[in-house]
Amino acid sequence: MADYSNADVLALKVDAKTVNQYKFVMSESSFRKILYLAAICVLILLVAIFFSLLLSSLPAIRHFGLGFLAGITWDPVKSEFGALPFLIGTLATSFLALILSLIFSLPISIFLGEYFRHGTASMFIKSMIELLAGIPSVIYGFCGLFLLTPVIRGLETKVGVSPYGVGIFTASLVLSIMIIPYSASIGREVISLVPSDLKEAALSLGATRFEVIRKVTLPYAYSGIFAGILLALGRALGETMAVTMVIGNSNFIPTNIFSPGNTLASVIANEFTEATGSLYLASLIELGLVLFIVTTIINVIGKIIIRRMGAGV
Amino acid sequence: MESTVLRIEKFSAFFGENAVLKDIDLSIPRNKITAIMGPSGCGKTTLIRCINRMHELTPDAKVSGKIFLDNEDIYATDPIIVRRQIGMVFQKPNPFPTMSIYDNVIAGYNLNGIRLAKDEKERVVEESLRKAALWEEVNGTLHRRGTFLSGGQQQRLCIARALAMGPAVLLLDEPTSALDPKATSHIEELILRLKDTVTIILVTHNIAQAARVSDFTAFLYLGELVEFGLSEKMFTAPKDKKTEEYLSGKFG
Amino acid sequence: MREFPIRRRILADKTFKIIIILLSFACILPMFFIIFFITSKGISAINWKFLTQLPKPVGETGGGILNAIIGTFILVIISILFSVPLGVFAGIFLSEYRKGRFVYFTRLSIEILQGIPSIVIGIIAYTWVVVPMGSFSALSGAVALGLMMLPVIVTATGETLKLIPDSLREASLALGVSYPRTIIKVILPAGLSGIVTGVLLSIARVAGETAPLLFTAFGSPFMNLNILKPVNSLPLMIFNYATSPYSEWHTLAWGASFVLVALVLGLNLLTKFLTRKWKVQF
Repeated sequence: MADYSNADVLALKVDAKTVNQYKFVMSESSFRKILYLAAICVLILLVAIFFSLLLSSLPAIRHFGLGFLAGITWDPVKSEFGALPFLIGTLATSFLALILSLIFSLPISIFLGEYFRHGTASMFIKSMIELLAGIPSVIYGFCGLFLLTPVIRGLETKVGVSPYGVGIFTASLVLSIMIIPYSASIGREVISLVPSDLKEAALSLGATRFEVIRKVTLPYAYSGIFAGILLALGRALGETMAVTMVIGNSNFIPTNIFSPGNTLASVIANEFTEATGSLYLASLIELGLVLFIVTTIINVIGKIIIRRMGAGV
Repeated sequence: MESTVLRIEKFSAFFGENAVLKDIDLSIPRNKITAIMGPSGCGKTTLIRCINRMHELTPDAKVSGKIFLDNEDIYATDPIIVRRQIGMVFQKPNPFPTMSIYDNVIAGYNLNGIRLAKDEKERVVEESLRKAALWEEVNGTLHRRGTFLSGGQQQRLCIARALAMGPAVLLLDEPTSALDPKATSHIEELILRLKDTVTIILVTHNIAQAARVSDFTAFLYLGELVEFGLSEKMFTAPKDKKTEEYLSGKFG
Repeated sequence: MREFPIRRRILADKTFKIIIILLSFACILPMFFIIFFITSKGISAINWKFLTQLPKPVGETGGGILNAIIGTFILVIISILFSVPLGVFAGIFLSEYRKGRFVYFTRLSIEILQGIPSIVIGIIAYTWVVVPMGSFSALSGAVALGLMMLPVIVTATGETLKLIPDSLREASLALGVSYPRTIIKVILPAGLSGIVTGVLLSIARVAGETAPLLFTAFGSPFMNLNILKPVNSLPLMIFNYATSPYSEWHTLAWGASFVLVALVLGLNLLTKFLTRKWKVQF
């Protein structure tokens, strides 16, 4: 191993007293201050968003008070603004979509979390889910409008209701497909986190896999699955474009599942650019404020549950 | 009498209220290899991390006492300057994964914004790699990533990286504990040759290694300096009972 | 003692598995329909003219989506300018500081920001930019999209940097490199693949957004390179044309949908590819 120069002192020695030859030297404390500044900006953004919404809705809040939320008429001409039709529309579409999506997302969670954790089947379904989540909302709306509504119209004729094609039901169908990925991925994570020694204990007692899932895995993962549902709900509540395109845009309280209606998000999308008068605009923004508060609460609760279970980030 | 390059005076180090080093008095002789030994938890890694002022990066870390490098109080100097004069090689080889071998060696200059002329750079790289006994093996592939090398080679790369800065003292924290025996012996030969150009402080839990390689040995136990002296004398006739017990393997 | 016969239990077990598999694979159906229809209806509209011309007024045949493509591009570029610097630094903050109330609230804010419905973001951009400016503009649209990109970039940066082992940082600090330099020149490059992935994913998300642009960028039938004026984007155009009563515009909308889906899916694939190729091993 004679590939070294033995007595050579490194001729070029760093003059260690020279701190830097670049003119710009950033000190540690300045850099840390910049990091803190970035974090403060984020906090300020959130607070500013809330207060902006609040301030801009003040005219409506002052005018209508809490009765706004129970008002059943939304009539821009008469300047009567009540949010109830949209609250009902939002809740109806979201909950219906949630139930419909669970029929598929729960099995997917079990598929990916229990039966097929690795391998090609798993990769395939995972990619499908990612694709579903990646498709823009307006595309869902477009396809829903042109592909789904004729089918629903046929269904409505058979059932004997007015064949709008669009309405609460159609919107819920489209929405349900869109939110499958959200509850599916969280469900998958919590199910795969169930400790295997618990499952093995049950199996060693002679239980079938189905029974283990029913009696051990699902109960254990229950709160995580619930959190996934909450997050999917949060997503559904705020979904705008797809819903706007297939819900029929009516400002009256929907009478049955096939009626046209509007959600908080869709009425804002429809009427914002045509809103004349500060009360009209303020009322629309107040709807946005309600949407903001509700989705935030649901999302935060969901995230807290997930963090407690140790899943997610 | 050899001259002293590093003087540690009444030095203590703490994590919060917990004293990890207690009143250490130690003089490290220049251009010799000093081994620091002791059972796990005795504070040997903490000691060298105090010497290059890395200990204070942990929250809640405190020190008291003084350490002099060539008669300058290192705790009165900017830590960045101290670290440029004292190099460190870690237990697990850690070449920068995004840089080539070439860039890894002069990383100390590049990252610090010190501009070198191209031929100076080449000279530094070649000399450092030669000193680290790595030049023959890599001089054809200097622009490949450092992470493609074997463990032993990566560690020599880290040594070259530290040497490139021309430090007065080189701290080695159990440099061979993650390596196989062949790589270990390469590094040990290398260390023996390096002491002419740089003072070496070697933390090791491998008693045989300390016996093979070091000129002086310091034995730490529970944060206190139990014994310090010529390795030859210490390994054959230790003065303190604790040292004897450790060397004969009574505790690890 | 009442007990279920074993055979029945085994049957139930097998049936359950089959049901799970069927229901899981059922999610392919909507996917298939969407891709099939967009491709079949859209691809017939795609030709060179389609991609390079501006839309024609109602009644005239032909026309293209050039302004929408350019508009999407402009909006994405500007929103990157807003969101990436702030997002990366906030992400560095979250990876460097782990404890304390301030850190907790910052994290919480990012999570809340991520969950804000896109239409509400549109309202905010309207209030903050359109109202003071007095007109719709690409700038306001970019602010809205930037707000939506921000949480994704912060999270991607923070999570990537957290995974980088301490030994890298120690190696750099031991060479006497200052803390800011260590972060910027050693840690950040090591985490670059994750950060770029985060940026690409947020672009994919934002390129398909319509709601926040409805009353900010607003859309326009003309080509516009002035960011202080309204601008069109692919999703906006699809929305406007699809909900219009003209069938020529519907065809354009299918074609634009094809382009948009290809863009979004292409970005997602690119991300996967980059992650695999570029990921730094430790």
